[in-house]
Amino acid sequence: MAGDNVKHLSDKDFEATINGATPTLVDFWAPWCGPCKAIGPMVEELANEYAGKVVVAKMNVDENPTTPGKFGIRAIPTMILFKGGKVVDQVTGAVGKTQLVAMLGKAL
Amino acid sequence: MSDYQLIIVGGGPTGLAAGLYAARARLKCVLLEKGVPGGQVLTTDWIDNYPGFPEGISGAELIDRMTAQAKRFELEIRSGAVVTGMELAGPVKTLTLEDGTTLTAQAVILATGARPNKLNVPGERELAGKGVSYCATCDGPFFRDQEIAVIGGGNTAIQEAVYLTRFASKVTVIHRRGELRATRIVQEQAFANKKIEFIWNSSVTAIEGAAGVENLRLRDNDGKESTLPVQGIFVLIGIIANNEILPAEQLEMAEGFIQTDREMRTNLPGVLGAGDICYKEVRQVINGAGEGAVAAMSAEHYLAGL
Repeated sequence: MAGDNVKHLSDKDFEATINGATPTLVDFWAPWCGPCKAIGPMVEELANEYAGKVVVAKMNVDENPTTPGKFGIRAIPTMILFKGGKVVDQVTGAVGKTQLVAMLGKAL
Repeated sequence: MSDYQLIIVGGGPTGLAAGLYAARARLKCVLLEKGVPGGQVLTTDWIDNYPGFPEGISGAELIDRMTAQAKRFELEIRSGAVVTGMELAGPVKTLTLEDGTTLTAQAVILATGARPNKLNVPGERELAGKGVSYCATCDGPFFRDQEIAVIGGGNTAIQEAVYLTRFASKVTVIHRRGELRATRIVQEQAFANKKIEFIWNSSVTAIEGAAGVENLRLRDNDGKESTLPVQGIFVLIGIIANNEILPAEQLEMAEGFIQTDREMRTNLPGVLGAGDICYKEVRQVINGAGEGAVAAMSAEHYLAGL
């Protein structure tokens, strides 16, 4: 089923995930954000295509206020790519798949 | 033989309406969208001026419905299809995609739309996403109980200033003129709102802050400078054309927008322009969709005459 490969993160399991051995792309989103909704299917596609290579995750900023605050996120959608717990790259706005694929390349 | 009879470039309300009409005309047609269908309307919280929705509708919901309607008539929509070049002058139109492949068609509808203008002042790029925003719906909730500024005096700016008072403790509207351009009912809502203040006849010259926005540097029309402490700034000062992929040497343009006639025809046979990319005064969802329909029917007429 679509979206099965997307991991839904909370403030609780965020650290453990980004500190893991596999690079992690986190899509910070909220239900009230139109562009977030629009890029949803693309994020699911990436999760399927990069299964095993990159953990593609989503975090609802409404339900998880701590983590977005920690990274100074004040606009969504924001996507941050982590490797070994460190930020490799980040982008804000409804970007195209090509740009995200190029971004993922930086962690592989 | 061309790949398609018609290619529609752009998947906002205009492109989706064009696609709906083209699909119902049974044209061999594809809609190319660089991201996913939606366009600028996705950044709108609530649309109260699109007929048929007496309670209003969110931008995202409207797009979902338009997409579903076009798909019901089997419109082919390609998301993530980034066009990088166009050859539109001859009878066969060739579009080059990012991956190097090409698509050909006998007719093309250009519905590439527009995007928010930037202030182009120091600090804007550095603090984008850290307090500088172009989408009130997306980012408003991050400014709960904080003081923010809205730049602009048109419909979008004033409507979103009112929306932002749901979150912010104070919203200062900064406008370079002494009166608003927004439509009357929107102005009335803003003037009646106690959380909204106005700074007239002034422009932003710089955005300052370390980890996030802290101050705006302002200059009024007499040259007097001042500083406004805010945690957020929403830049809603109109739009610029998404014209980078259009062949400027072939298409007749004005101020970066496409010149069309009433049937949405450009100077090139078989090439139509529709929606926000057109040179015109009024850019609303309703006339974008209307122009999409006209463009599709003009394309149908053109194809029938070949």
